[in-house]
Amino acid sequence: MSTETPESAASPPARSPSTPSRRTFIATTTAAGGVVAAGGLVAGPALLGAQEAAAADASPSSRVSLTVNGERHIVTVDNRTSLLDLLREHLDLTGSKKGCNAGACGACTVLVDGRRVNSCLILAVRLEGAEVTTVEGLARGERLHPLQQAFIDQDAFQCGYCTPGQIMSGVGCIEEGHTGSADEIRESMSGNLCRCGCYVKIVRAVEQASGRK
Amino acid sequence: MYPFSFVTAPSTREALAAGRRGGRYIAGGTTLVDLMRETVERPGTLVDISRLPLRDITVIERGGLRIGALVTMSDAAAHRKVRTLYPVVAQALELSASAQLRNMATIGGNIMQRTRCTYFRDVTATCNKREPGTGCAAQEGFHRTHAILGTSEECVATHPSDVAVAFAALEARVHLLGPDGQRTVPFADFLLRPGDTPNREQALHQGELITAVEVPAYPRPLRSGYLKVRDRQSYEFALTSAAVALHVRGGVIREAKVAAGGVGTVPWKLPAVEEALIGERPSERLWARAAGSAADGARPLTHNRFKVELLQRTVERQLRIVGDST
Repeated sequence: MSTETPESAASPPARSPSTPSRRTFIATTTAAGGVVAAGGLVAGPALLGAQEAAAADASPSSRVSLTVNGERHIVTVDNRTSLLDLLREHLDLTGSKKGCNAGACGACTVLVDGRRVNSCLILAVRLEGAEVTTVEGLARGERLHPLQQAFIDQDAFQCGYCTPGQIMSGVGCIEEGHTGSADEIRESMSGNLCRCGCYVKIVRAVEQASGRK
Repeated sequence: MYPFSFVTAPSTREALAAGRRGGRYIAGGTTLVDLMRETVERPGTLVDISRLPLRDITVIERGGLRIGALVTMSDAAAHRKVRTLYPVVAQALELSASAQLRNMATIGGNIMQRTRCTYFRDVTATCNKREPGTGCAAQEGFHRTHAILGTSEECVATHPSDVAVAFAALEARVHLLGPDGQRTVPFADFLLRPGDTPNREQALHQGELITAVEVPAYPRPLRSGYLKVRDRQSYEFALTSAAVALHVRGGVIREAKVAAGGVGTVPWKLPAVEEALIGERPSERLWARAAGSAADGARPLTHNRFKVELLQRTVERQLRIVGDST
């Protein structure tokens, strides 16, 4: 988890609003909750070049309307907010995990318009009209998605931190039809790292859910 | 990440207007957002071009392919025409990045991606590409993955793209649209060697937009393929790579297009290898002899000397793989 980037310096909104200042941006306003939430200090003026400061004063935030797990949200976010931070910090959907925050580990994988992507590398303001599915949106009531069930059946995790990303990536892998062999699944899932080393069982879980086994 | 203003371009005309005012285009964003977070990139305005109509792959008159700049890597790799006409392009794409990144990243953005040199990405290190005139920490530092070809005193960073190596081999053309209208640039002239201006990486004018990459027609059948050698089997950048396309008729090689990746400051076309192949009959000895000149002109550093022989072997193996299937 990065501790130095401005966006992660923003405190969880509704719970601990900080005193607004010139450099404090309204982090998010959700139509659903009607909550106006203030983010933390973003960056001291001394850190900003003239051009960046001008841009910041021009329009540092934008309004975007998107659907997450079937629920429509209209939010105003700092332009720098990633989809991952929007989900975790503003919509309280903490299933998607922040591993590397650089598109290298896959822990933040979600579906956008049905395709698996790294949510840490997507600016939330770009998602006007998009449909996002996170791990929280897979189950139907009490009934788990077949791949969630397969992860349990195959014991395909230890610490569980990478698991939501693995599952969302696996859903994408199955959708794309890259399940012809264990090798193909491994290659298709290579964007999801597991430091516990559960790869063998993760492949089995994807095989099970895809109907190969 | 520094603050920036954000606009979505509803049309090409409006994108170009925003580009002319200094706005920075964003398509897949997989490189740009990452580098903005590292404060290597500090655009004042981002112009989202993802809604522009540049998503088609079309067969052009003479039989080549025109790939729209906003076609994602995964869509290009899966496209039937790309797979049948230019397997080297499809393979280079599929051996790049991860499935998630290929779903986001575009063809235009791919050839615009910036180097993975760790000193370039570390704002506390000296880097002539990031901040001209500050020096090159890589040459004194750890440079095992750096370039051996096309380097300068100023910069030894490799170009990271795989598909750009295939485009270089096939002598693709980059279609551009700018405030002054359309133009087309040969791929070899699009990406710039560092020289003494490593901060200039593409032959783009202010506000110009890539609209498509065009791969020319070749006599059929054209056998082609991409070989990537790296530290791990998947989801890793190339140490060396080879893009090879051959047209053999009557038992003789009539066309040979070869380029290497992971070794150059730009995708490295290998004309000496191509010339050694033209007019010859495929044989084990021919592959070895032609590949022998693959690293001609290399200037390795302390940690990347291994790339000289690895490059020759990579090219030789890929010549054999493609050549034996003709």
